[in-house]
Amino acid sequence: MAEPMRIRATMAGDVADVKVLMNHPMETGLRKDAKTGQLVPAHYITDVTATVNGAKVLDAGLSGGISKNPYLGFRVKGPKKGDKVVVSWADNKGDKNSAEAIIG
Amino acid sequence: MNALRRNVLKGAAGAGTVAVAVAAGLLKPTQALADVPRSAFEAKNVGDALKGMGATAPADSKDITIKAPDIAENGAVVPVEVTSGIAGTSAIAILAEKNATPLVADFGLMGGAEGYISTRIKMGQTSLVRAVVTAGGKSYTAAKEVKVTIGGCGG
Repeated sequence: MAEPMRIRATMAGDVADVKVLMNHPMETGLRKDAKTGQLVPAHYITDVTATVNGAKVLDAGLSGGISKNPYLGFRVKGPKKGDKVVVSWADNKGDKNSAEAIIG
Repeated sequence: MNALRRNVLKGAAGAGTVAVAVAAGLLKPTQALADVPRSAFEAKNVGDALKGMGATAPADSKDITIKAPDIAENGAVVPVEVTSGIAGTSAIAILAEKNATPLVADFGLMGGAEGYISTRIKMGQTSLVRAVVTAGGKSYTAAKEVKVTIGGCGG
């Protein structure tokens, strides 16, 4: 199972500001191991989705060009305090994880 | 995304690729027409990446703001913030033009999501960071140069 994620959602006016930190090595598959000289196999998050109260707000495709331990910030208009945000990801090896937060 | 639909309609070859991807379980059927195809992420240059996204000739727009450092000392972590002031923004894609595979990420926005994305990307070398915004079936773009200094003293 993948490492835990961190997520925080706060209201700023009528917009919910969501910040997510995912733990992931994000290997591009192009980097060589310094010791063995072998290419490190690609291992990165390919899909990230977010929902607010079950309704999809974000559907992202990622590549290995995103930094290690990806950070993602996005804003959603409409939700209220107490609404639930769920962010989930899947990587190219079939691993997945999700985290949820209550908008505060 | 309309642009993608156009792409799929282009020919049997394109449609076949999507069908294969769906069959292989790479794409969930519901995603197949809502997302940029994975092939766009493997494109080796900006032109092919844009073509893969179905955004061959995006129009320059002043309503897109890219916030990124002028000089990034560490190319492995370059904070990038894209804000689109274009009404009806439905997707924001980020490209680092000189990366081995320029398309870094594509964010589909819906259900009240604002035209704003903040993330951190990798850059192999100094190049333009390009944002491509899709709104109302049209593509808009803006770019900002980020200098990458690997090692050294931040000069």
